[in-house]
Amino acid sequence: MQDEVRGPGSVAIRITVNGREHPLEVEPRMTLLDAIRQKLNLTGSKRVCDSGACGACTMIVDGRAIYACMTLAIACDGASVTTIEGLSGEGELHPIQKAFVEKDGYQCGFCTPGQVLAAKALLDRNPHPSRDEIRRGMSGNLCRCGAYLKIIDSVSYAAELIAKAGE
Amino acid sequence: MAKLVRTKVEFEGHIREQEAVVEEDNLPVWTAEAALVEVGESRPRVDGPARVSGSAEYTQDVRLPGMLWTAILRSPHAHARISSIDVSVALEREGVFDVLTFKDTQSIPWYSDSFLLDRTLRFHGDEVACVAAVDEQTAQDALLDIRVTYETLHHVSSVNKAAEPTAPQIRPGRGPGSNRTTEPVTYSRGDVETAFASADVTVRGVYETSSALHNSFETHGSVARWEQDELTVWDSTQNIFGVRASLANRLSIPLSRVRVISRFMGGGFGSKNGLGKCTMLAAMISRRTGRPVRCVLDREAENLAAGHRPPTTVTVEMAAAADGTLAGIKLHSILSSGAYGDGGFQIGGPARELYQCKNVSTIQEAVYTNTGPGAAFRAPGYVAGTFALESTMDMLAERLGIDPMELRRKNYAAQNQSREMAYSQKHLLESYAEGARRIGWQDRRDPPGSPPRGKVRGMGMASQVWGGGGAPPSYALCRLNADGSFDVLTGTHDLGTGTKTVMTQIAAEELGVSVDRIHITIGDTLTCPYSLLSAGSLTVPSVGPTVRAAAADAKRQLLEIAGSIMDAPPDALSISDGTIHSGQGDGITVDEVAKRVGNYMIIGKGARGPNPSDVSVNTFGAQFAEVEVDCATGKIAVLRVVAAHEFGRVLNPLTLSSQIEGGVFQGMGYGVMEQRIVDESSGRVVNANLTEYKLPTMLDVPIVDSVFMGPPDEKANNTGAKGAGEPPIIPPAAAIANAVANAIGVRITRLPMTPQTVLEALETKRSEA
Repeated sequence: MQDEVRGPGSVAIRITVNGREHPLEVEPRMTLLDAIRQKLNLTGSKRVCDSGACGACTMIVDGRAIYACMTLAIACDGASVTTIEGLSGEGELHPIQKAFVEKDGYQCGFCTPGQVLAAKALLDRNPHPSRDEIRRGMSGNLCRCGAYLKIIDSVSYAAELIAKAGE
Repeated sequence: MAKLVRTKVEFEGHIREQEAVVEEDNLPVWTAEAALVEVGESRPRVDGPARVSGSAEYTQDVRLPGMLWTAILRSPHAHARISSIDVSVALEREGVFDVLTFKDTQSIPWYSDSFLLDRTLRFHGDEVACVAAVDEQTAQDALLDIRVTYETLHHVSSVNKAAEPTAPQIRPGRGPGSNRTTEPVTYSRGDVETAFASADVTVRGVYETSSALHNSFETHGSVARWEQDELTVWDSTQNIFGVRASLANRLSIPLSRVRVISRFMGGGFGSKNGLGKCTMLAAMISRRTGRPVRCVLDREAENLAAGHRPPTTVTVEMAAAADGTLAGIKLHSILSSGAYGDGGFQIGGPARELYQCKNVSTIQEAVYTNTGPGAAFRAPGYVAGTFALESTMDMLAERLGIDPMELRRKNYAAQNQSREMAYSQKHLLESYAEGARRIGWQDRRDPPGSPPRGKVRGMGMASQVWGGGGAPPSYALCRLNADGSFDVLTGTHDLGTGTKTVMTQIAAEELGVSVDRIHITIGDTLTCPYSLLSAGSLTVPSVGPTVRAAAADAKRQLLEIAGSIMDAPPDALSISDGTIHSGQGDGITVDEVAKRVGNYMIIGKGARGPNPSDVSVNTFGAQFAEVEVDCATGKIAVLRVVAAHEFGRVLNPLTLSSQIEGGVFQGMGYGVMEQRIVDESSGRVVNANLTEYKLPTMLDVPIVDSVFMGPPDEKANNTGAKGAGEPPIIPPAAAIANAVANAIGVRITRLPMTPQTVLEALETKRSEA
């Protein structure tokens, strides 16, 4: 796979997004973020910095949180991607999302999909993080409105909700 | 009954008298004693689920069939004239629909003496051409097909150099050698010169502040669609009705043919107060191509061309008696809001208002420079003005050997001195006391006598005055549906501030029903009645009383109908928990009445009443900061901030504390890390991105203790609540600078206080010693 020359021009790839496989035609230069937003019209993930600085485009690819603006779509051929749209089930918010609502872990909400997915990746790895572990684990996601303290509250509370649901 | 009145309005430090059509507002004020059920609750945001699930549709998420995408070619030069431009190759590229250059926009004036696209380019990032194509990549590729030759012109990017008579002339229509935007704006009271001549002590500080970039996470952007002769625009804006008016005017079409929609916004912070070029470009291209057109800025464009907080140089002098009584204040400021901003920001506002002082003079100047257009940025003018004033207050305190807080108490202003009027209420003394108690001010140490080494801690404080009283005109509707649910409609905005949530709480309170019975619609000029722009901390004190009035009008009609059903006089009825009570029997539910009324719709209408004419409605607060300075690296860590502010009634403690924390963090960013960097030799901005423009991260921010001071402001409006958007960003930089001076014994007078700045200040002090 690594040695294969792909492009120029459109390349056929298959990406599983939120459990559903999508065949896509993308140019090699297209980022995963643009493929998801523009080809699949899943617009929950946000393009804010376009340079891997803010985390608003965070997605989970094969279990790992990544900056989708810094990831080429063709590099995700065959991968499984979770976007914010895939987190909540049938009309029911994920406990992390509930926690962000209840603790006011946002203001304008533009960075929020990325924050929620970064929190998901963190809690998958470390189900009971301390406040300091949350601060470090979430520090790759910027929030211009300055909801940081409430985001820490939200992630901490989400860990409680998830633990309670698992009991 | 509607009537035309004159009312005084404070907007970002400017006092204006304006005419307003108002209706009598006979609602009794919600007093401090009023037993409110919903208002004052920490209610999670009503649109929270949409925001956390990614389903909230922001402007840049709008997707319409056949929509064209755009890309904008921007000037690589700080000052240039287009010698020639050829777009023929770009137009031939497959998928390209349209290209606009200055040749297409000469009938569309922009600013006072420029155009939507101008042949002369006055800053790095100025718009040269706009391409519309089937998708984003095609539009961007087509930019490379455009052939432009530029004649570069002399540029000037520094504020002080732009003021020199030999500086390159930036704007046409002004005399050569004059880059001044207007005559200096002056204010004076008393006899300042005599006060300084006879004072026991005088102090003087010269301060420089950087240009901060708003960096709203959602950039400026619009989607425009023409259908027949009607234009619909989705826009990320703080001013839907202002954008509608500007579009109608420039396109020469009636207001009724323009609809502007802004339902979800990813921040604004003052940068989205009016019609942006991207909106106009989208509208024009949509008209020319017959397709919907999306024009959304990328991060670099946002940071080059969509606004910044103007950099300033501020000089403050104070004269005082030996006991600390202020005898005189002089302030001179000069700022640049780029090539196009008028720079009319009230840097002198705090110097005129914050302290009791008979003799005050302020002189505010502004110049054009070859940088992007400036814009209002959360508490414009007052942030730099407070940094300069409050730093100088601490200098005076140190000179006199008086505790900084005591000095402020001693010079407490009991009334609004520039308007010669009492305040509606003021609880700043209580903010000082409570803030000091919570930060542990009594443990504050004297600054070290010689520059320290290692990590040292210090405490500082600063105060804040701002408007926040709101204004008419603003209107709202409240409709009862046949199932007992209510629609509330008002043309305001929610920048992320929580507008929708607190307005829902106000309507629920007045109607006596739960919040889940109310659905609020904002941000749509077609479906919502007029409301003013969301800026200047106006929204809550303007729209809140309006929504309450609309709900009260709906309730009045509802009770009249219920009275006829229950055979009781309407004024004997009340609603609580969704049930209408007469004081006898079980009462009937709102749902039952709604069902009886059916589709005969109850429509309540509300309008904002005039402002009180005999008092000045303001917000006051004090912030206390504790910092730790690493003298080896120069890095400042802000550890704790106590923010004690008075905003009258607190509608929602949860969202209010969020707003305060956000203001503190933005103020901290301005204080210690944020600066647009312009390379003076080329005039280019070198950090128009989020990698090298440093925003506070989760690891940088302090713990914030938000304290709400004071009772509802019963003279302000019928809710007793005032605006809180801007006050929290006003004191942080000053409080941090004062804390740093307390920690290291050296005063930093330049923002941001980067590690380099701190190390240089320490080094200078060491070499003096």
